[in-house]
Amino acid sequence: MFEACADPKAIEGLIWAACYLTSAKHVLFYWSFLTVLLLLAITAPAALAMGFVGATAARSHLAPVSWLGKIYIWMVRGVPDIIFFLFFVIALDQVIEYSKSLIVCESHAWPWQGLEFRVCPEAKVPLGKSSAFWHQAYGFMLAVVTFAIVFGAFVANVIFGAMNAVPRAQLETAEAYGMSRGQVFRRVLIPQMWVYALPGLGNLWMILIKATPLLFLLGVKDIVYYARELGGSKTQAYEYPHGDWRLWYFIGLMVFYLVFTRISEIGISRLTKKLSHGQATAGGEALRRARA
Amino acid sequence: MKRLLIATALVTMAGAAQAQDIVRLGTEGAYPPYNFINDAGEVAGFEREFGDELCNRAGLTCEWVTNDWDSIIPNLQSGNYDVIIAGMSITDEREEVIDFSQGYLPPASSAYLALSADTDLMSGPVAAQTGTIQASFVAENGMTLVEYATPEETVAAVKNGEAVAVLADKDYLVPMANESGGSLVLLEREEAIGGGVGLGFRDSDDDLRGKFDAAIKSMKCDGTLDAMIARPEYFGPEAKTWGDDGKEGC
Repeated sequence: MFEACADPKAIEGLIWAACYLTSAKHVLFYWSFLTVLLLLAITAPAALAMGFVGATAARSHLAPVSWLGKIYIWMVRGVPDIIFFLFFVIALDQVIEYSKSLIVCESHAWPWQGLEFRVCPEAKVPLGKSSAFWHQAYGFMLAVVTFAIVFGAFVANVIFGAMNAVPRAQLETAEAYGMSRGQVFRRVLIPQMWVYALPGLGNLWMILIKATPLLFLLGVKDIVYYARELGGSKTQAYEYPHGDWRLWYFIGLMVFYLVFTRISEIGISRLTKKLSHGQATAGGEALRRARA
Repeated sequence: MKRLLIATALVTMAGAAQAQDIVRLGTEGAYPPYNFINDAGEVAGFEREFGDELCNRAGLTCEWVTNDWDSIIPNLQSGNYDVIIAGMSITDEREEVIDFSQGYLPPASSAYLALSADTDLMSGPVAAQTGTIQASFVAENGMTLVEYATPEETVAAVKNGEAVAVLADKDYLVPMANESGGSLVLLEREEAIGGGVGLGFRDSDDDLRGKFDAAIKSMKCDGTLDAMIARPEYFGPEAKTWGDDGKEGC
């Protein structure tokens, strides 16, 4: 990167360390922090939306819709993440390619031949000839969808519970005012349930933060992958040979995760306080007393 | 609906990127000097130079992809890349699920790396990487096997005392022993396992395999392959090369 770093084996001390920490591979490592943050920024709202839909479906008065919601929650919560990430993603990828092959391929032969999955080259997603960037973007997108489905099921369960926790008296009062079922749901149930959902959602957020190493199973290189790769001992075949430094890299990651989860905790507690205003809960009561 | 939207978006996206057909080469990127990720974050090592030369001779545009060793065959089969070039030994078991090109590295010996030269291999577990010929060898020969996902971890296991020795390709272990300052040594005992290293292809991909086979043969014929193997940064002048055997039928 810098001129002084042209021959890493001839330099030592601080300059070596500076060159080492700015090598192209380290720069990729630093960027991967952004990848993880981006993934969280997209996945969290997506999972929340999935969860909201799932919980609403599970509470539905229409039996088939309610079953659908409950089966989704039960199935996804019951399957270990790692199986989900290995099996589901390959299946999702193949379903996408198979659907595309029905439109663009001339022959519609059954693609699952023994161990191989064969569709015509035009049906590959992304196409074999597209650049590496699209392959990565596609992997990232599969990751977002999978994370949203997996975490959505847990979110759905939390929201389902929170909706049931809103005191019945509140809903009855609303009904007594002549509100329709939809109006009670929108005006009373949803605004009140968040305060019950928040502790559970906060937990899930913390778990989601730490679940990002699953990304590597999908071919997206995340911070844990790079820490392991950079920290492993390097022989003279590399420009910067060194011993087993994984411990130091992992300590670095630990600091990152602790800072990040601490910031999240502060954010969540502030949100809880805000949402507790005027609520018929112990937290809401405490706020009222403090003001009085 | 959501899935459908994503599929549509992807179709449009993929359609926008038009270029020549690209052959994707899949490697592990953790096994120097065969293949590794260098400090620039790119695939490097013998197989990088060799693979680029093959593509050059076959007139193909190639692109490198890294994949965990564990899932390197399933991902070939589901079409995430087209060729495995990862120091993979040609074995009967693997021949059942994928097709190999002719060998590009002659059968090499596997060696044991341990903390001292008089280590008894029966005194404790022996480490090997999951899914390698070495792992099967350890298991079949009465030693206790401990498996690790990456080559790096197998060596670390010996340093930490979790295993008494590690069995791996000798070319991978030699630099480890030389640069350990004497704390790690190679045992005298070596094992001749494996039938040479070849490229892996899907069973249905005979055309592509033919192109690569022709390119490997041409590199054997004009001696460039032997010269590349013997380069000091790869396997060194003492490494086994193809010699006259490789020039048969040129």
